[in-house]
Amino acid sequence: MFQIRVHGRGGQGVVTAAEMLSVAAFEEGRHAQAFPSFGSERTGAPVVAFCRISDREIRLREPVVEPDAVIIQDPTLLHQIDVFAGLKPDGYVLLNSRHSIEELGLNELVKGRQAERFCTLPATELGLKHVGRPIPNVPLLAGFAALSGIIRLESVIKAINEKFAGKVAAGNIAAATEAYHLVKEMMTGVSHA
Amino acid sequence: MGFQPVKFYQTGTFTVGNRLLAADERSVQAGQTRSNSINSGHRACQGCGEALGARYAIDAAMAESNGQLIAVNATGCLEVFSTPYPESSWQVAWIHSLFGNAPAVATGVAAAMKVKGRTEVRVVAQGGDGSTTDIGFGCLSGMFERNDDVLYICYDNEAYMNTGVQRSSATPPAARTATTMPVGSEPGNVFGQGKNLPEIAMAHGIPYVATATVADLRDLEYKVRRAMKMHGARYIHLFVPCPLGWGTASSDTIRMARLAKESGMFPVFEAEHGEVTGVLKIRHKVPVEEYLKPQKRFAHLFGTHARPDMVARIQAIADRNIRKYGLLNGHEIDDPADDETCHARFPHLNPLPEGEEANESLREFHVNEGVN
Amino acid sequence: MLKQTEGSKAVAEAIALCRPEVICAYPISPQTHIVEGLGEMVKSGELAPCEFINVESEFAAMSVAIGASAAGARSYTATASQGLLFMAEAVYNASGLGLPIVMTVANRAIGAPINIWNDHSDSLSQRDSGWMQLFAETNQEAVDLHIQAFRLAEELSMPIMVCMDGFILTHAFERVDIPSQQQVDAYLPPFEPRQVLDPAQPVSIGAMVGPEAFMEVRYLAHAKQMQAIERIPQLAAEFKQAFGRDSGGLVRTYCTEDAETIIIAMGSVLGTIKDTVDEMRLAGHKIGVLGIISYRPFPLEQVRAALINSKRFLVLEKSLAVGMGGIVATDVRMAVTGTGLKGFTAIAGLGGRPITKASLHKLFGQLEKEELPPVTFLDLDWDAVNKQLERERQTRRSGPVAENMLHDKGIISAKFG
Repeated sequence: MFQIRVHGRGGQGVVTAAEMLSVAAFEEGRHAQAFPSFGSERTGAPVVAFCRISDREIRLREPVVEPDAVIIQDPTLLHQIDVFAGLKPDGYVLLNSRHSIEELGLNELVKGRQAERFCTLPATELGLKHVGRPIPNVPLLAGFAALSGIIRLESVIKAINEKFAGKVAAGNIAAATEAYHLVKEMMTGVSHA
Repeated sequence: MGFQPVKFYQTGTFTVGNRLLAADERSVQAGQTRSNSINSGHRACQGCGEALGARYAIDAAMAESNGQLIAVNATGCLEVFSTPYPESSWQVAWIHSLFGNAPAVATGVAAAMKVKGRTEVRVVAQGGDGSTTDIGFGCLSGMFERNDDVLYICYDNEAYMNTGVQRSSATPPAARTATTMPVGSEPGNVFGQGKNLPEIAMAHGIPYVATATVADLRDLEYKVRRAMKMHGARYIHLFVPCPLGWGTASSDTIRMARLAKESGMFPVFEAEHGEVTGVLKIRHKVPVEEYLKPQKRFAHLFGTHARPDMVARIQAIADRNIRKYGLLNGHEIDDPADDETCHARFPHLNPLPEGEEANESLREFHVNEGVN
Repeated sequence: MLKQTEGSKAVAEAIALCRPEVICAYPISPQTHIVEGLGEMVKSGELAPCEFINVESEFAAMSVAIGASAAGARSYTATASQGLLFMAEAVYNASGLGLPIVMTVANRAIGAPINIWNDHSDSLSQRDSGWMQLFAETNQEAVDLHIQAFRLAEELSMPIMVCMDGFILTHAFERVDIPSQQQVDAYLPPFEPRQVLDPAQPVSIGAMVGPEAFMEVRYLAHAKQMQAIERIPQLAAEFKQAFGRDSGGLVRTYCTEDAETIIIAMGSVLGTIKDTVDEMRLAGHKIGVLGIISYRPFPLEQVRAALINSKRFLVLEKSLAVGMGGIVATDVRMAVTGTGLKGFTAIAGLGGRPITKASLHKLFGQLEKEELPPVTFLDLDWDAVNKQLERERQTRRSGPVAENMLHDKGIISAKFG
């Protein structure tokens, strides 16, 4: 079972991200479970959502305590919440930021872990560019697909088409595609460093 | 022996039960085919205004809907005295659920009829002033707000009678009830409280609101039938004296209702979508004392510790009603067409024109003896 | 058809397939998505003929359902927590009048203090109202139980609550198989009432019944639930035949055949318990699980039969009988009267506190060694509790409990970089 935790703020589509991730996994014939850390509606407040992916029925209902991957949709949370709590030693981290891991001062975190599993992505900018809205969730999903290989880009695109229609869907697909390739490039770059 | 014609002295009167009138002038109660929706054998007190009002109202609703009626009843006197298990006085489809939910249950019944395409079946909800103005107020407002196709009839005897005469928000100022005893500086129910349900109903803008009393039973039948011709949320507030709770003689029920109207204490009117469309004028105005004195619940205002100051305040309430609704000739409210429509609708209740000496004694008789 | 969807949406689709005629509901977290989903379907014409009524309170919701059901329409509503309590009078009225209303309860804690998260206190507060109560373990079961519920309710002329954990199930995206309209139509015939308001054949419903007949009327309601004990497994078996999967029934056992220790629970926590038990089984522990699906009627015989060959059991419940201990535990004890079995209670997950595999491992380990008090409060912060008790001992005017406890917990400060 692969467990992902998504951090962000209300209004950034954190819950949708987890849900779409589960739909992408479903499209690949796998079992998936997605749920938020529940609370009343409030824009701007820290939000956490979880996703589990498995080849067997998922019965577990507790929050994800030891994630295999963490997706952080809002870097301002880094100083507010321990977003990396419980992260597995070989865990993936994908951060929404224009800056690199080093620029964000996260080198200590990477120590002792696999550096190629850490990545930043300017997801908000991609959302603005292709969809006209500063929502980073879809680009981050595609970036995560590239980073971890847990889901395919095609599945992310299927999930986008299930959720959105027309121009919005097209824009999200474009953002996802660019994000996917960006991360793939960055990964090749890292391995050469 | 010569042929002698028999004169029918009763033919022309509009006595409510008069079967000698032309068929189209007869009241529902006078008709042989009336439903007897609430049949005899129920356990109401002698002289119960609510039993009288319910009989007229529901039979009129049944007449207008060709018997296609479902009645929803709140907890209260009417429900209790009419359905002592294993007996029931009701000959119509009838349900009693709770004290505070009659309007909502009626909404549900109406929705069921609608979804099943049974558009000919109509729904009436009924309850006392306790369930209508207090505990069921939220549900009533909800039903009004949605404009559900329900006619709601409130039988207002101005207190929670079935539980032993406790005060409701329909209890008038100064009235004695078990929870507003006639002691202290302001004996009886205090001034400055209470809800005016007809006005609140009008504020919801529903298609039809009317007030009526058991002193004008033809008027009551007319209003129920009028309401039943319409669809959407409709409300009739019926004034029903309670001999037990008010401390009046059981033979005085209709007379007390008339005095409430004639004093101005209970305005009788119709309204549509929040605007008053017609009033029943006061025929012979009486001071409020005449209305209050026969009721033991107001006895503490008279006698040894008389409170003329409180009586004056009550008079002021009556006077304000008269002004506000134009209840007296010469105190018309804005719409001049009002008087005409009133005459057109209630030809039998026209205030008599000036100078008709021959009818003077008849008028006296009507007012003083309480014969309709 | 297989879908990856939110629990609430799946339930809304299931309800729609049951051809409800009158839907009325008042919004309350966490049931809102169910009713919103149904409202949209009615508005778009996808679900027709159906009247959808926006009511002004939960009390009105149940009352509208009462009127509609009494007039012969298949009626549905949904609520949780405070809403269920607000309609409590009408809840009893509906079962007393024998009306087959189906209601989803998205289980949520009851205040004060106000809490929107999951536990079972709401449904259990109405356990003696005369309604049947079924608890879903997964969203699939929630879908399936609603279909079975309409059938069961209308057969017996008795209302039924389908309980699903608020947020944990209602707001979780997971794989669900939504049946086809044909499948549901074959299983669920049109509503044929035992009594109905109809001008063609007028009856009086809701008379005042006195001491001379009230006990008989109440016994007959009890007898009906006894009939339900028979019908529930039969309808579940029929469901399996028609839809191809196990859903519903009275109880569900997991690894209990040779179990020395058995955990009893209701609802979604059964999933986490099963994962824990699997790991313990791998390590050689003889441990099993008994899931209760039908809480009312309570399957005394079936519970007894499942536990009789074990050494000890633990009732893990998301409910608390204040001043006493467990609510479900009390019913289970009644089932095992005279057996001499050792029973323990764990109160867990109140107000949505997560029940973790780690905590369960620890708890079950202690259980096997019988090193537990009769009643355990799982993952309770004894430090905070004891400090508060001490505070109350010292000062009479010690302030509101919840706010007071913050004194010691401190406030998490935000560090802005």
